[in-house]
Amino acid sequence: MANSFLSIEKLTQKYPDGKGGEFTVFENASFGIEKGEFVCILGHSGCGKSTIMNILAGLSDPTSGVVKMDGFEVSGPSLDRGVVFQNYSLLPWLTALKNVTFGVAARFPDWTKQQVEDHSIAFLDKVGLSGDAIYRKPSQLSGGMRQRVSIARAFANEPKLLLLDEPFGALDALTRGTIQEELLKVWSGTDQTVFMITHDIDEAILLADRILLMTNGPLARVAESVEITIPRPRIRTDIVEHPNYYAIRNHLVQFLGKRSAELAGQPSEAGATHSPETIRIDKTGTAASDKPLLQAVKT
Amino acid sequence: MDLLSENKRAAIWSIALLVVGLLVWEFSITAQTLNTGELTEYELLTGAGTAKAGVPPPSEVLVKAWQELSNPFYDAGPNDKGIGIQIGYSIYRVLTGYFLAAIIAIPLGFLIGMSSLAYKALNPFIQVLRPISPLAWMPLALFIIQDSEASAIFVIFICSIWPMLLNTAFGVAGVREDWVNVARTHELGAFKTAFTVVLPAAAPTIVTGMRISIGIAWLVIVAAEMLVGGTGIGYYVWNEWNNLDLTSVIFSILMIGVVGMLLDAAFGLLQRRVAYTE
Repeated sequence: MANSFLSIEKLTQKYPDGKGGEFTVFENASFGIEKGEFVCILGHSGCGKSTIMNILAGLSDPTSGVVKMDGFEVSGPSLDRGVVFQNYSLLPWLTALKNVTFGVAARFPDWTKQQVEDHSIAFLDKVGLSGDAIYRKPSQLSGGMRQRVSIARAFANEPKLLLLDEPFGALDALTRGTIQEELLKVWSGTDQTVFMITHDIDEAILLADRILLMTNGPLARVAESVEITIPRPRIRTDIVEHPNYYAIRNHLVQFLGKRSAELAGQPSEAGATHSPETIRIDKTGTAASDKPLLQAVKT
Repeated sequence: MDLLSENKRAAIWSIALLVVGLLVWEFSITAQTLNTGELTEYELLTGAGTAKAGVPPPSEVLVKAWQELSNPFYDAGPNDKGIGIQIGYSIYRVLTGYFLAAIIAIPLGFLIGMSSLAYKALNPFIQVLRPISPLAWMPLALFIIQDSEASAIFVIFICSIWPMLLNTAFGVAGVREDWVNVARTHELGAFKTAFTVVLPAAAPTIVTGMRISIGIAWLVIVAAEMLVGGTGIGYYVWNEWNNLDLTSVIFSILMIGVVGMLLDAAFGLLQRRVAYTE
């Protein structure tokens, strides 16, 4: 784990509880992410997902623990870590294109204006935005289009790590489906490492290589790391036919429905490291056996 | 009537109200002056029959306006200058004081808006200085600066600084954290963040403050010029009052309104340019 591209080591976040005491959101959370991996994190509200994301982005500091990327400790925000915020966070006085060039110009200060613009237009095109729409202001775009701009801005910057904070949370189901596919399309052409928060189990299965499961807060921890054993490229309508799909889905539903609450609230012994248990569910090639093959590997 | 747009109907109503108002004004005054009749000997001796300086009818004001506006820039000595020259002096003073205030208020407002320490440290001074009538500074300004022209500009400066300062601080403090986070994740420095994110985000609030300030400055310049004298539309009003030339007084009151409206409209245009919808 210490050798992972991104390693989160003994991350602890406490807040004053307003009564003179302390409120621990999560404690000694540790996990790693490999280069080029797409990792989703699932958990109920209040378990500290967004806090972890803000720490990874460098927008806030943990109470203790470190985040290392490429072996170097992360401190403060950086262009190496791009963020797509839940509410898009586009600058409303700039056009869609200008919102992207804003980022690209900051990332590549040596480029000419033309280079910056061409690069930005190319990435807007990848998420399905071209023509007139890119010269409109965010207020003149639909929610889905705004989030596309936000994704284009993040990918155009080619950060080492891309952080997505519930990017589709505010979109209707149909739009969400299209943009998920566009996100996959943009991502598959790169070796971009992605860490994404979501509430949507199906979305996580469609997108992720691995899903991290968090127990409920307070004292939340990253309890399991579920591998998604469905080959890529994945298509929404096809993966539901895959033998592993419902096995994985059931496992996730069971966790979020029951075990996330059962496992919650256990204070850790001093100095303990809470690494997630790796879960691999694979029913392919085991058709002879009725029992699903369920391997639990403690890392 | 339904064929006309609401704007056109409103314009018709405005014109109708204007005409009715002017007619009522015109006839109430002619009725007054006609009511003299036969004079007694006593009345003749006390001079009651001579033309009394009264409120002039609108027709006289219009004639006066035509005369003044057809030659607005004549200069026939210190007490007889065209209306254009007088208004020019006033605008010059307002703009000088106003832009000096903006140069100080907007950066200071940024500081107060960004740093709660600066806000807490400066707030007591702002709260005490802000409610002071700008004219109350006049004696002190005259004594220290020893120049009536500069004192008038100082009074404009002091009255237009507060709305700009407070609105800038309010606008800057209210910039959405998400936008600042966008700047942070793009590694923008403090100056770049201030100019490319905070300034455009706060611009509508800042320009609103500037618009309020120019309005107040135009209100105050009239009073200030009545005190310092010499030139300017405020001095002109007071001078004509001393001449008991009420036609000129009414004419200049109208001109003050028109110029004030134009100044406000200019900032209205600027406001529309910096506006954005989220």
